[in-house]
Amino acid sequence: MLRYAVRQLGYMALTLLGVSFAVFVLNEFAPGDVARKLLGAYATPEQVEHLTRELGLDRPVMVRYLDYLGHLLTGDLGQSLTFKVPVADILWDRLSNTFLLAGVAFAVIVPVAIVFGVAAGIREGSLRDHAITIGANFISSLPEFATGVFLASIFAVWLGWLPGTSPLSRGGNWSIAAQLVMPVLVIALYDVGYLIAMIRVSMIAVMRQPFIRTAVLKGARRRDVILKHALRNALITPFTAILLQVNYLVAGVVVVETVFAYPGFGRLMLQAAMSKDIALVEAGTLVAVLIAMTTQLVGDLAYMVLDPRIRVQA
Amino acid sequence: MTDIADIAPLAPATPARGGRRLRLTRAGWVGVAIIAFWTSMALLAPVLPLPAPNASDLAALANPLPSAAHWLGVDLSGRDILSRIIWGSRTVLTVAPIAVAGATVMGALLGLLAGYYRGAFDSVLSRISDVILSFPVIILYMIILTRFGASALNIVLVITVTKAPIIYRLVRAMTLELAGREYVAAAQMRGEGAAYIMLVEILPNARGPILVDVCLRLGYTTIAIGVLGFLGIGLPPPTPDWGGMVRETYGMISLYPHMAIIPCVAISTLVIGFNLLAVGLRRRTRRG
Repeated sequence: MLRYAVRQLGYMALTLLGVSFAVFVLNEFAPGDVARKLLGAYATPEQVEHLTRELGLDRPVMVRYLDYLGHLLTGDLGQSLTFKVPVADILWDRLSNTFLLAGVAFAVIVPVAIVFGVAAGIREGSLRDHAITIGANFISSLPEFATGVFLASIFAVWLGWLPGTSPLSRGGNWSIAAQLVMPVLVIALYDVGYLIAMIRVSMIAVMRQPFIRTAVLKGARRRDVILKHALRNALITPFTAILLQVNYLVAGVVVVETVFAYPGFGRLMLQAAMSKDIALVEAGTLVAVLIAMTTQLVGDLAYMVLDPRIRVQA
Repeated sequence: MTDIADIAPLAPATPARGGRRLRLTRAGWVGVAIIAFWTSMALLAPVLPLPAPNASDLAALANPLPSAAHWLGVDLSGRDILSRIIWGSRTVLTVAPIAVAGATVMGALLGLLAGYYRGAFDSVLSRISDVILSFPVIILYMIILTRFGASALNIVLVITVTKAPIIYRLVRAMTLELAGREYVAAAQMRGEGAAYIMLVEILPNARGPILVDVCLRLGYTTIAIGVLGFLGIGLPPPTPDWGGMVRETYGMISLYPHMAIIPCVAISTLVIGFNLLAVGLRRRTRRG
């Protein structure tokens, strides 16, 4: 298992290197653009040329990429061109906001998914199973911005119970907790249907196993059969899927952040991409890929710990 | 973005020689009806008696709510919402099927090759598809579309590249399994070529799960196109686009909620249609 982990870490480093290079090169397709963009339409060609030289953009791509890598290894992520501050300053701030949103959403999604997934899976084909399956399918069909608009129309506009935007500002009419309710709800609704379906299928498979029949026949209480015998086994397969939601929650919440004007990582990335803020885009992409790959590795390793039957050949 | 396809059990159909017809459950037919509705709207858009989708009726701005002249009201620029919804269905119903078709062809061909030949080719392709699948897709969309511009072609291309690995994984797994069947061995004994075996023996028997997945992919691609429009990196205005319509008006929901709600309902129904069709097909293929 250790060898497996080390090998995967090696792959991870290689992938990150590849991604960083790909993003860097991608930005090359619009050269000169950056200085012009910063100075505006009325700058003279001399000014543009001067800034290009000052930013070091007149050097060859490979030189600049290696230079960037060197800085990256010492922890220097560069300067954000739009915000005029070091990338690190703004990136960690926005990431922590997104982690707050994602963390609360995750804490809501997982228990709800387990309850409904198990409730549907223990009686395949029952009325309850059908109702949950159809419901899960329905809510995961609604795009996040649509759910956001629907919920905001009801709870913010019509009933006035919750704020329509969540800029995380203190001292306004709404507490931070109230500002989190609707974003969390939208994320949870979009994401939970998938996990319910996943846990349901796994539960159905486990309930057909001989050891469940044995437990029932030996007279164990139904409650014990489900909680002690079935649930533990039924959660092994969906475990990776549950962890992978972290991936979606960090980068994918850009839509929810946009709907509710939430100052998060996804919106920062969108802004950076639109204003061609290369250093910020590059750093943000690396962080997102790093998070994605780490959750995948943790998922794989935890999977092996949970299920001793699985052995990966190293 | 997550999807339900990963959970779909692999159910290789019985050999396709009998000309088995695909039949649908009732939910599947509801899906077909919804898709047929939007398709006919898209096809009929030029002949329906609608105001032009980009024509501003400034007089209607005084009262943008639904009226006899504008059945669903007008948006912030005085453009008829019903007309923009119907013309907007053309956008999504062109871009989504083309992108999904591209992803299906690419994913299925590579999946067949990887599953049939295995070895180094398979390892490399699977590694690449893993990287694409683990990549936060939305960030990829942002970088590429802000960099190269959001033309319909670029949107099709990014969606093709990001969805193909999903089909690839499915087809590869099915090919690995089907390649061990007797009828494949029989074809090999007859001396059939590899292309014949992959396309005539294996692919038709994997069509059930592929078809289900294509429907799911259509639903998710519809969402993705909506999201791109909503984030402002989709087709540039004034193209009537459902996601873009929400983007332009959701800031006004406290005053005129209908402007944002109507396109949201439109896109939601279309996605539900595709998903119902997928569910309806899956029930049948599983029993198949």
